[in-house]
Amino acid sequence: MLMPKPDQGVIDRRAEIIAAMRAIVPGEGVIADDAMLRAFECDGLMAYRQLPLIVVLPETTAQVSEILAYCHDNGVKIVPRGAGTGLSGGALPLADAITLGLSKFNQVLDIDYANRCAVVQPGVTNLGVTKAVEGDGFYYAPDPSSQIACSIGGNIAENSGGVHCLKYGLTTNNVLGVEMVLMDGTVLRLGGKHLDPGGYDLLGVLTGSEGLLGVITEVTVRILKKPETARAVLLGFNSSEEGGDCVAAIINAGIIPGGIEMMDKPAIHATEEFVHAGYPMDVEALLIVELDGPKVEVDYLIERVGEIATGQGAIYSRISESEEERAAFWSGRKNAFPAVGRISPDYLCMDGTIPRKMLGLVLQRMTEMSDKYGLRVANVFHAGDGNLHPLIMFDANQPGELDRAEEFGADILKLCVEVGGVLSGEHGIGVEKRDLMGEMFTEDDLKQQQRVKCAFDPDHHLNPGKVYPTLHRCAELGRMHISRGQVPFPDIPRF
Amino acid sequence: MTEILKPDNADQVLDAVKWAVSEATPLDVRGTGSKAGFGRPVQAGRVLDLSNLAGITDYDPGELVLTAGPATPMAEIEQALAEANQELAFEPMDMGALYGNGAGTGTLGGVIAANLSGPRRIKAGAARDHFLGFQAVSGRGEVFKSGGKVMKNVTGFDLSKLMAGSFGTLAVMTQVSVKVLPRPEKTRTVLLMGADDTHAVAALCDALGSSHEVAGAAHLPASVAQRSGVGYVSGAGTAVTAVRVEGPGPSVEHRCHSLRDLFAPFGAVEELHSHNSAAFWREIRDAAPFTGDWQDHQVWRVSVPPTAGPTVGQHLRARLGGEVYYDWGGGLIWFALDARSDAGAADVRRVIKDCGGHATLVRASADVRQAAPVFQPQPGPLADLSKRVKEAFDPEGILNPGRMTAGV
Repeated sequence: MLMPKPDQGVIDRRAEIIAAMRAIVPGEGVIADDAMLRAFECDGLMAYRQLPLIVVLPETTAQVSEILAYCHDNGVKIVPRGAGTGLSGGALPLADAITLGLSKFNQVLDIDYANRCAVVQPGVTNLGVTKAVEGDGFYYAPDPSSQIACSIGGNIAENSGGVHCLKYGLTTNNVLGVEMVLMDGTVLRLGGKHLDPGGYDLLGVLTGSEGLLGVITEVTVRILKKPETARAVLLGFNSSEEGGDCVAAIINAGIIPGGIEMMDKPAIHATEEFVHAGYPMDVEALLIVELDGPKVEVDYLIERVGEIATGQGAIYSRISESEEERAAFWSGRKNAFPAVGRISPDYLCMDGTIPRKMLGLVLQRMTEMSDKYGLRVANVFHAGDGNLHPLIMFDANQPGELDRAEEFGADILKLCVEVGGVLSGEHGIGVEKRDLMGEMFTEDDLKQQQRVKCAFDPDHHLNPGKVYPTLHRCAELGRMHISRGQVPFPDIPRF
Repeated sequence: MTEILKPDNADQVLDAVKWAVSEATPLDVRGTGSKAGFGRPVQAGRVLDLSNLAGITDYDPGELVLTAGPATPMAEIEQALAEANQELAFEPMDMGALYGNGAGTGTLGGVIAANLSGPRRIKAGAARDHFLGFQAVSGRGEVFKSGGKVMKNVTGFDLSKLMAGSFGTLAVMTQVSVKVLPRPEKTRTVLLMGADDTHAVAALCDALGSSHEVAGAAHLPASVAQRSGVGYVSGAGTAVTAVRVEGPGPSVEHRCHSLRDLFAPFGAVEELHSHNSAAFWREIRDAAPFTGDWQDHQVWRVSVPPTAGPTVGQHLRARLGGEVYYDWGGGLIWFALDARSDAGAADVRRVIKDCGGHATLVRASADVRQAAPVFQPQPGPLADLSKRVKEAFDPEGILNPGRMTAGV
């Protein structure tokens, strides 16, 4: 992975930069010791590591603003970091950049039940938001599987999803407002407790921008009252195609389940051996369908889903009869990553999205690739929204296996794009998928995205080397290629 | 007479924009022009009429995604969806009656460009939340795309969000993809009679804070309720507060029952069933109380935190007269006032200053919209950033210049 060449001039000024940061953030908020920097050398994409120039952990918006203004004026790059759980390397440090950690922004500031929102600092964990309001029966809907550790600021950076987003939406659909700091130190508020602020939807483009546009210092999220009850049903099939067809049949019957997940046989076996969720071992595909709402609704829909599944050839069906059993059904799925980690020394977790009807084809081609690369793959799938998580198993200690696994992963993502899908559903591009962006986008597509970057951060100081394979200078991006008076009147209907 | 350029396809849109850039001739970009009264008047040498870029190109109900040309009439979209028992869950308003045009004249691209939504906004989101991807020609005269035709996507910046609500000022969309959802099996509305604004919004907040997935929460003061076309509402002789629940039959029964109990302490309770319920929410969605005989009034759409709604509504009427009604559980205030040369803009914005929110002048004559800020003025640094975003797409100011902000 080729990262931007470190600026030796900045590295040479390290002592001066440390002093400047210590003047802004007193005490232990500036980390310069190598041993302590080691803790920040990677995020959830552990294949790539780099010690940051230094780490700064501010506590106030004013400090963030001063830090960014200093870096802007002195040509120092910034890598923002939430909890460091991201899977695409978005928080991978740079040798000549300050890693700006938001972990000390960990306060819940305001819970407003009447207006159904909570104002929190960006370092509060995803689950921390729910914990703050669940005593009163509320929760925050998006629930990425890292929710116990990942921060809400990081969720916005990656537009995180989870298993409930077909019904309840992604992060972008559940964030009402932010306070953010631009690279030049300007503090802005976007949105708030009201809906749909006028003007360009800058909050919308900030969400999922992977730390390239600004640093978030406060977040207002929508909270919801918990459904009265929830039940899950396990459905087993003889093939993944049948499982996929069953998902389509449920949706075509007008049912949008709270969650609808699929696992293939390798994933079923890995998880069952790990957590003993009670999954059937003799099916090729397993669906977990969760219905939530009032008991009468859940009972009614469980029955209908059962009928649909039977019609689609389900060979196994089991309905949760208690909260414990429902939790057990989910325990396998939610532990799929560590379960695969248990049967393989290393694994890569991919994250493409495909049109659901392409599932059969994609899984079949993936099996062929698995043979070609000689690497095993297990699949967990957010079946409702078409988001695939193939887990490629390899052993980094075997020479060449990491490279083979990465090639396999790239082939899977190219396949996703080929069938009309996208490179990432919820993990982001980061460095991991950066060099595949050309598979999905033309040069003009990418340049237009980068022009938006230029509007926020014209000198590319924020998280350079992430998301976009080529860094174009903003002056070059802004140049017009149409000259005055050079285009003849087009041959199109006119009136 | 302004010349109209009417491209037949995306290639011709590209040719037209390139030419306009080359000649420094601004374009008034429009679908059918049904929302020409929304936003500031555009001063442009040519009209770019996209009405030939119409038609559904891809729709597979099982995938919950629909792709169409930007000028596809909403009537066509709605019919195709209805045939598959699906809908646009964000319930975009039909602005036809508000502007004195017929109903059903809007387009899908227009709905997105104005980021419209309706009463179900509080549950399902706005157009921006259902807009998955697009192809477009930028004001630089370059073809680009963003997003995709899938539900879940974080591959590069989400430029769809910027397009939604940009009123054609950033790029000319040539194809759009939206998320669609199943229609609810059953719908019912619970009415609370006679509550004043404050009690009504308190009741609506309780309902929205329940687990009943309320899909509409509105309040009509008595003078507005009496103009409803729904007999139960106009005949009530008092203020009417309404919540809508949707879903499978047994569920709707259950939720209705619970919400009636929840409303009981606030006053008398009634129910609207299928036909009346649908008609009522269409009125709320389309600002029907301020159409017809009210056509001469100016209309504001004010978005605030829901609990601030009643106070804002009271202050608006105290300062400027007129009438209000509430949607989004009190968070959306429709405000109609007697026409003034400044539409009362400064007063409207003063009223919402302390609670946070924004006000949009959705109906006024062209000269008033030319003079008064139609959209909420932004603080300096935010306005500067918005201007830089505009320049990132349209550096020469070719596309709908001034539609949102003077000089941008």
